[in-house]
Amino acid sequence: MGAPADALKRALIVGLVTLGLAFPIVALRTDANFSNQLVLTQRWGLAFTLAGIAFVAAFLLALVRPVGFERTTPGKTVTSTPPHPFLRYLPYIGLAFLLAYPFIALGISSAGGTGVLKLVDTYGIQILIYVLLGLGLNIILGLAGLLDLGFVAFYAVGAYSSALLTTTFGLSFWLVLPLAGILAAFWGVMISLPVLRLKGDYIAIVTLAFAEIVRLVLVNWVPVTGGYAGISSIPKPTLFGFSLGSEPGSLPYMLGFPPSPIYRLAFMYYLVLALALAAYWVTIRLRTLPVGRAWEAMREDEIACRSLGINTVTTKVTAFAAGAFFGGLAGAFFSAHYGFISPKSFEFLESAMIVAIVVLGGLGSMVGVAIAATVMIGGTELLRELGLLKAVFGPDFDPAQYRMMLFGLAMVMLMVWRPKGLIATREPTVRLKPPATRGAPAAVPAE
Amino acid sequence: MDYFVQQLINGLTLGSIYGLIAIGYTMVYGIIGMVNFAHGDVFMLAAFIALILFLMLTQLLGVGSLGLALLVVLVLGMALTSLWGWVIERLAYRPLRGSFRLAPLISAIGMSIFLSNFVQLVQGPRNKTLEPILSNVLVIPVGDGSVTLAEKQLLIMVVTAALLGVLWYVVRHTSLGRAQRACEQDRKMAALLGVDVDRTISLTFIIGAMLASVAGLLWMTYYGVVSFSDGFVPGVKAFTAAVLGGIGSLPGAVLGGLLIGLIETFWSAYFTIDYKDVAAFSILAIVLIFLPSGLLGRPDVEKV
Repeated sequence: MGAPADALKRALIVGLVTLGLAFPIVALRTDANFSNQLVLTQRWGLAFTLAGIAFVAAFLLALVRPVGFERTTPGKTVTSTPPHPFLRYLPYIGLAFLLAYPFIALGISSAGGTGVLKLVDTYGIQILIYVLLGLGLNIILGLAGLLDLGFVAFYAVGAYSSALLTTTFGLSFWLVLPLAGILAAFWGVMISLPVLRLKGDYIAIVTLAFAEIVRLVLVNWVPVTGGYAGISSIPKPTLFGFSLGSEPGSLPYMLGFPPSPIYRLAFMYYLVLALALAAYWVTIRLRTLPVGRAWEAMREDEIACRSLGINTVTTKVTAFAAGAFFGGLAGAFFSAHYGFISPKSFEFLESAMIVAIVVLGGLGSMVGVAIAATVMIGGTELLRELGLLKAVFGPDFDPAQYRMMLFGLAMVMLMVWRPKGLIATREPTVRLKPPATRGAPAAVPAE
Repeated sequence: MDYFVQQLINGLTLGSIYGLIAIGYTMVYGIIGMVNFAHGDVFMLAAFIALILFLMLTQLLGVGSLGLALLVVLVLGMALTSLWGWVIERLAYRPLRGSFRLAPLISAIGMSIFLSNFVQLVQGPRNKTLEPILSNVLVIPVGDGSVTLAEKQLLIMVVTAALLGVLWYVVRHTSLGRAQRACEQDRKMAALLGVDVDRTISLTFIIGAMLASVAGLLWMTYYGVVSFSDGFVPGVKAFTAAVLGGIGSLPGAVLGGLLIGLIETFWSAYFTIDYKDVAAFSILAIVLIFLPSGLLGRPDVEKV
């Protein structure tokens, strides 16, 4: 049989399967009518259109790649070449970009782009919060290899403890920030205890259950947490006792700047950037300490690790404590920045996003975490904006509706396309004998 | 006494549904060692398919007999949901076979997010409420009081028991079951001995989706409300049930499901309904501390 006939057959199957998938769930929509009874709306056109699109797409794909869309080679082997000289300066260029970002945003917005507040807040601060969370989980999952599906619990503990301490006792944000981290680390130790005896996916389900317990307590313990209403009017951080708003008495007011919310936003941006850089630096330092080496050794092989006399109990506990500490910091920052928290912000989806960021970043690579956070969070935020799609699909088309669906699809496709993450997996920081093919000595962290 | 028996009936009903979903988790885990995180959302999708098919039969096609309608929904729903199960495995998991351990899990989480948002998109975000069906009750005297057993509760327990019987027969006495057990023990060796591993895994996903489809139909009949976000919590509880019973073990999944259903029901009946999920999850943590491989699971032997 010729290639086009083969492709046609394949495409027909794909089209029919799509039609089968779309048959009840797309073709018939349920809606409640005025007397609250469910009635069906028929949308056969939509179902057939979807099947038609799938048919055409599969036909074209099969023509281009006649073997079908199965992967014939199971992933290529990583060939290591000495890094390009440009790559050596890349971290500094990246750092300079991050430091200059609010000013760049100012430049873009005065040149007629989207508002500077949105650029700094959504694309700057929000992404950096996820970078911080990702760096925290990176210690647990990336370095120690413990699959924690409930990282959001530490985020929640940090956010709620800082919010409660500042609103109830009037403590300053600067005192509460380390306290939130320490409290989260304490919970990290607590959760690591039942996990000690478990392996692999059992850890995943216990941590997931733990995060759900934390969330349910936040929802149900109304006198303290406010239930679904959450905690609002959390005080904003100050700089040496000066407020950064625009009211009389604040720092920008005294310096004679025109009133604008940008000062506080820029301050918060630099604060979360400092936290993320601190987390990055601390992780680099920890990795070369005995405890960090023990984490990586445990990720590579727990049995070998134990037989070499490494105490896996303390290794696991410290990994959870250190990771949870950064989760707590992120939570404290989150509550202070938005001034409002509720259990809605600490659902499983957040944990899933953080795990996705760490895995797509390449398990252990911190630059990878930053890039993956930018791609995943920035990408889904960008989807809210696209006016272009509106022009294609008509004015009723609301891209925000498709945001999470496409996020899920992107997770699947990125995994199928790059199972090892966007950046290659990190090698252990310390090796007995560096492999001959590597250009740089392996004992020096590559990032 | 009658209150206790009443709660026992309610708990067993709920537990049967959890057990049916849990089998899907445990079978997939047993055969490829992967947590199929999207299974809860397949269950939710199945409940929607059942709801739509039921409405289609009763409203558009005018099928008068309730029994006939439910039977058609059952068979057609199983077929359509297993198609979804097959496609999900084919697109999201098969390309990742032989990849590192976390890759299929991430893909499954992505699939779960995709499915719930897809259903929200095509069916709307509101709860779908169906007027109650099969709500006649049998009153059974117990001691000095009486308990009620609704027709639908009876239906749920009977259907679950019948399906478990069929499943037990399939796994124990058919060539498919033999192939499944072989793949579970050693996939490479099974392939060398002529077992079509890919086909066996596909069929495992299909069986899991079929059971989820039945669970979805039963859930729809029992509660009469479905929402796009209904996949997560029952999914996590069913997974908890599978782990509690010992992941990879079929009787364990059913036992775990019944236990989770009973714990949840009794906790809400005697203590507070707010913390029923906390109770279920806490018991999971406690059981795993003392029995790290679940109630009926085989202890893992680590070979170096």
